[in-house]
Amino acid sequence: MRVRSLILRIVRQFFHDKRTLALMILAPLLILWLVALIFNGNTYHPKIGAVDIPRHIVVSLDNQGAVVQSYSSNAAALNALSLQKLDAAISFAGGVPHITLEGSNPSKSKTVLLLVQKVLLQPANPAPSQMQPPVIRYLYGSATMSSFDNFGPVLIGVFAFFFVFLIAGIAFLKERTTGTLERLMATPLRRWEMVAGYVVGYGIFTMVQACLIAWFAVGVLGMMMNGQFLYLLSVTLLLSMTALTLGTLLSAFANSEFQMMQFIPIVIVPQIFFSGLFSVDNMAPWMRRLSEIMPLYYGADALRNVMIRGKGFSAIWPDLCVLLAMSLVFMALNVFALRKYRKI
Amino acid sequence: MYGEQTSQIQPGIKVIHVDKRFGKVSVLKDITMEVKANEVFGLLGPSGSGKTTLVKLIAGMAEPSNGEVYVSGVRMPNLNMLNNIGYMAQSDALYSELTALENLAFFAALVGLNGAVRKQRIEEVMQLVNLANFLKRPIATYSGGMKRRLSLAIALLHRPQMLILDEPTVGIDPVLRKSIWDELRNLSQSGTTILLTTHVMDEAEKCTRLGMIRDGQMIAVGAPDELKQSTGSQTLEDAYLVYGGVRK
Repeated sequence: MRVRSLILRIVRQFFHDKRTLALMILAPLLILWLVALIFNGNTYHPKIGAVDIPRHIVVSLDNQGAVVQSYSSNAAALNALSLQKLDAAISFAGGVPHITLEGSNPSKSKTVLLLVQKVLLQPANPAPSQMQPPVIRYLYGSATMSSFDNFGPVLIGVFAFFFVFLIAGIAFLKERTTGTLERLMATPLRRWEMVAGYVVGYGIFTMVQACLIAWFAVGVLGMMMNGQFLYLLSVTLLLSMTALTLGTLLSAFANSEFQMMQFIPIVIVPQIFFSGLFSVDNMAPWMRRLSEIMPLYYGADALRNVMIRGKGFSAIWPDLCVLLAMSLVFMALNVFALRKYRKI
Repeated sequence: MYGEQTSQIQPGIKVIHVDKRFGKVSVLKDITMEVKANEVFGLLGPSGSGKTTLVKLIAGMAEPSNGEVYVSGVRMPNLNMLNNIGYMAQSDALYSELTALENLAFFAALVGLNGAVRKQRIEEVMQLVNLANFLKRPIATYSGGMKRRLSLAIALLHRPQMLILDEPTVGIDPVLRKSIWDELRNLSQSGTTILLTTHVMDEAEKCTRLGMIRDGQMIAVGAPDELKQSTGSQTLEDAYLVYGGVRK
């Protein structure tokens, strides 16, 4: 069968070009890992400013890994805090600890709070019942700010989408620029066979990529995972499928690899903004609706539902349907776009 | 004109009053020509004269804006007919990451060759173009002439009734060029219709008949000697100049 020979050829090309294969499969892992390192790092030593607090508390803060610096007045500590020299300032007023957090970075805030709580509850201190709960204030931000667990699922979607889009798009483009596409049109290969061959051939590697990303995020990076792994896998796979079909379709409108790269700010970046990594609540309502045409929005929504909220098929099937429908539309459009090379 | 039924059993190529426009640019103007079976028909003209466009219309890769193209009596473009045509593009359309063998296997599968037949044909065509020792080498390591030869080998894989070759011998050394021409004559004697384009005059001499193309128009058709005689020229180049209206 002709589609099968096309698939076989794509697989062979991949194995001859191991660097591209590595980029598609390993780069998302590397970037996810880096992001996890930055936002999940547990070796961070918070810098705490102490204003007139008991000596033994300073010592135990120190023991817990904090870098403690003493300040003579609250004003001086707050000033250091606003200059980002400190992560938090602690003082006592009427026996009640007051903690002021810099607060712009949720993971740092969390580290400080955990550490301070541990110190204040230590047996050397007065019994917990006698201890007033600390008053916590934030200089910037708030206690409800997101963390890696919150945007991790979206990142899985973003990276799966980005790399598949780019590699599949450039591969299909190369078929045009080297003249092989035109050459194929002098064989009995049909246009739909061409598109189907690409979808399956690249789909094989996309599947490997999706499995690896999902396993890496949950198994190695320990990302929050309350739902079924199978759902996570199917969302990632369908999202990559959409990226694959969109990438090959858009390559029809690029004349060079360089022009393909130009689709990144136009196709990828807006999707990242609308995917839920950033809050779009302040945006005009009509603009917010733009997200409804973006595949990543549906993928990210489904991924969050599965990983954070632990929901099942009943919650994600609308998203999956949209992704599937988008893939089919992109494929159909691509079969049509190939008319440029042969009308039949 | 003959009716449809008689034309279906007629081998060869017929091009009837064909125009081709890309947007407002007219590339081919009212081309009418015929290539008979067993002929080696050469299209002679400078680059940009429309040779490649005409060849693509005949190979079924594009549709004429006006007029009709028939290959073996079948109106082109026609997908099934593509199995009977061996096409060699002007630019070497090869997958440079793959080895020669993998390229051949891919194109062989597309035209329906499988198993032992495929293996045998791959060996035969690679012997023919003198590349049998380079089967396992990736195309990226091939020279320009080697790529041309491999492209020709791919076009020959399925023993097509019709060979359409766009500038087949560019970058091939004279010794090998001679052996390729010998093979083309053999193929033509065994019934293959061959249409090729060239801008090299001494190669044009080797064709059974020639069509001279200039600015999208067919300015002359005939055997090389005929063309020279009727213009009183010593060389085909001179004849081309006379037909092109440059020299009287």
